[in-house]
Amino acid sequence: MTWAGRPGASLPFERMPMTPPLLTTQKLTKTYPGVRALDGVDFDLIAGEVHVLFGENGAGKSTLISMLAGANQPSEGAIFLDGAKLTFENVAQAKAHGVYTVFQEFSLIPTLTVAENMFLGQEPRKGFLIDHRDMRKRAQAIFDELGFPISPTAQVSTLSRAQQQMLEISKAFHGDLRVLILDEPTASLTDREVDHLFEFIAQQKENGVGIIYISHRMQEFARIADRVTVLRDGAKIGTVPMEGTDEAQLVEMMTGRSIAEIYPQINTEPNGVVLEVKGLATPGVAPSDLQLRRGEILGIAGLVGCGKSRFFRALMGLEAVTTGQVILNGQDITHLPTRAIMRAGMYYLSPDRKHEGLDLPKSANDNLALNVVTSGDHVKFGRVDWRAVRDQVSKIANRVELPDAYRTRLVSQLSGGNQQKVLFGKAFGQDAEVYIFDEPTVGVDMGTRAALYLKIKALAEAGKAVVIISSDLPEAINLSHRLLVFANGHVSAELDRAEASEDAVLKHFFAESEPVL
Amino acid sequence: MKTLFLRLGVLPFFLAIALVVFSLLSSKFLTGQNLVNVARQSVYLVLVSIGQMLVLVSGGFDLSVGTAIALTSVVSALTMVWASGMIDAVWLVILIGIAAGGLTALMVGLINGVGIAYFEVSPFIMTLGVSSVGAGLALFLTGGIPISGMPFAFGDTFGFGRWFGVPVPVLIALVCIVVMWVVMSRTPLGTQIYAVGGNIKAAHLSAINTKRTLVLSYVMCSLIASLTGLLLTARVESGEANLGGTMALESIAACVIAGVSLRGGIGRVQNVVLGAFFIVMVQNGMNLARVSSYMQMVLLGGLLILAVIFDQMRYRMIMRGQ
Repeated sequence: MTWAGRPGASLPFERMPMTPPLLTTQKLTKTYPGVRALDGVDFDLIAGEVHVLFGENGAGKSTLISMLAGANQPSEGAIFLDGAKLTFENVAQAKAHGVYTVFQEFSLIPTLTVAENMFLGQEPRKGFLIDHRDMRKRAQAIFDELGFPISPTAQVSTLSRAQQQMLEISKAFHGDLRVLILDEPTASLTDREVDHLFEFIAQQKENGVGIIYISHRMQEFARIADRVTVLRDGAKIGTVPMEGTDEAQLVEMMTGRSIAEIYPQINTEPNGVVLEVKGLATPGVAPSDLQLRRGEILGIAGLVGCGKSRFFRALMGLEAVTTGQVILNGQDITHLPTRAIMRAGMYYLSPDRKHEGLDLPKSANDNLALNVVTSGDHVKFGRVDWRAVRDQVSKIANRVELPDAYRTRLVSQLSGGNQQKVLFGKAFGQDAEVYIFDEPTVGVDMGTRAALYLKIKALAEAGKAVVIISSDLPEAINLSHRLLVFANGHVSAELDRAEASEDAVLKHFFAESEPVL
Repeated sequence: MKTLFLRLGVLPFFLAIALVVFSLLSSKFLTGQNLVNVARQSVYLVLVSIGQMLVLVSGGFDLSVGTAIALTSVVSALTMVWASGMIDAVWLVILIGIAAGGLTALMVGLINGVGIAYFEVSPFIMTLGVSSVGAGLALFLTGGIPISGMPFAFGDTFGFGRWFGVPVPVLIALVCIVVMWVVMSRTPLGTQIYAVGGNIKAAHLSAINTKRTLVLSYVMCSLIASLTGLLLTARVESGEANLGGTMALESIAACVIAGVSLRGGIGRVQNVVLGAFFIVMVQNGMNLARVSSYMQMVLLGGLLILAVIFDQMRYRMIMRGQ
């Protein structure tokens, strides 16, 4: 059942064209070779409303806004502003029409100053020279108004992530603003900073600016949203008024299934310590302890840049270890090179499959074979037994449910979900005791996710210890026996399954501690 | 010490070490006469290095600066010789020659820039290829023989002339330095070049025409190299296809030593001037200390690698935000 078909779901707004929409899209479609990233989406934005776009990773939100922002051009369909058909060839044209986008991936230049970044491409001038003093003054005025504590003369690379986020948002607030698109603007802001942002959004609403707001944080919707449009697999599922819609309905629209169907019940009884970490520290992370038992799944939550990933990369020998000890099954593996740590029984799944995880211009089979060969199981007298390797690879491909047709295809041509299956398959190329999954489902569709979660469950049931580092809070909470929260390079909380609600965890994201250098 | 390193890079340390070492090795080194000499000799490298810096800051590099110099030299000399056979006005002949040389370099820069910005060829391959094409053309045009017979006024003015008691090449270099300093630190174009090198995707999303900016930096680099080619041609009073052969390596070395990042986005004109000056000073010092020219190549290469290692350290420290 789709929500678009449910009577009344989007009716109230179909009958409110007293104010003609500010921005509309008609059958907006974007195709890439073999992929329909956006499929005939009709969308409309009214002046003075906050319209939330909601959907999983890969649902088409980013594709939609990239075309509204002028960063991308539609394959079919059209965009209308004030009823006039427009084509944005680039970001500059969109800006000239007052359509401004704050991208999730920062568009900041780390080597320039704050003020220079703010006015990039539209610098205040005196003759043909840049008026640096005026630029600094205007930047300061905007920060004062927004209440953001940033110095216009600071170099951007010295700012914290939250400050960079603030700067990115501040960039929108000059010039003639008609449509403001915010892509996950609160992902690394503290509560107080979020309040500031929402005050400003309210102010812009009164000025008649139409705001498109993308976020995964549903608790924010009730505070600011007027309407919500849900996308799934590139198609629009429906548009509903926020009033009278609850979170469970939105999740069901987003995923097409209920939460209970996604996360499997994991009922293993952890026993016997397999990994012990004593006071391990790395630049950016304070000394921290950790114990991991067989059959246990440990969730790790925290903001981007809080050190959660760095800590485990240090454990794997991928970052410098400043102090501390890592003991696996009684063997001290601190300071060993990564390959020796892996041989001792640790496996790390990288969050960045494009750069660290996969060999993109090779086939899925070749990618899987690499870990089978390096495990050394099928090497006899220095010769690789390719037949045995092939058998093993096909077993692994079955295990991760990679369809036959995709096995010989280049990994770069696979969808995100299938790429992630290959990445998981690499983890099964050798037998490890401890599996560390860093963002195991980033950019993966719900169906594949549910399949991958079952693989994780199977590992735990086979007595392996699993760590799941995730920015997706429901994932970290619902899969794990125990949850560690990182903030500012410290472990700010340890919660067991019963205590770990989303609210309880979020509270610890902004622990008031000094950042670790 | 650490802040000095972060702000300026290795150059202040290298300069101090070089001054001490060479003053100890040769009593003639730290004399006014010798330092003026170094200043005059360094004009050519200073100019090329400023151009090279533009391209490095934009996130690429230009191995074809030497070729731009050689082509300019050959084409402008051939044009002047050809034109003086038909036109009597000496300055018109010189002007036509300069224009021809400049146009040739413009082509070199455009080909580099378009190949890199629009066809996305890596700067390494693009400029390496162009440098081979250009060097071949220069040799083909001359048959490997120096071109002589240019108007004497050309060499007298741009090679050995003085205005207000200052050698003309030095004056031209000073003007060039000031103009480039203004461009890089005070004009939108300069900011755009820094932005493209600092993060090209972000620059694109900030409504900057990144491709045009890239092409412009290669064209400007090539034109400055061409200017150097003209000054060198005037100095040797002939058009030669082997001028500027070591310029690519030396200019990149000067920039890197002066703290220009090989990853783009970082670099200051005034530091690059000092960097080029430093390299010429080291060469001068080694000459005075009677280091053989072969050994000088070894040392220069080593210096470049050392500078890159320090650049890596510095970049990591800057990016960690300390």
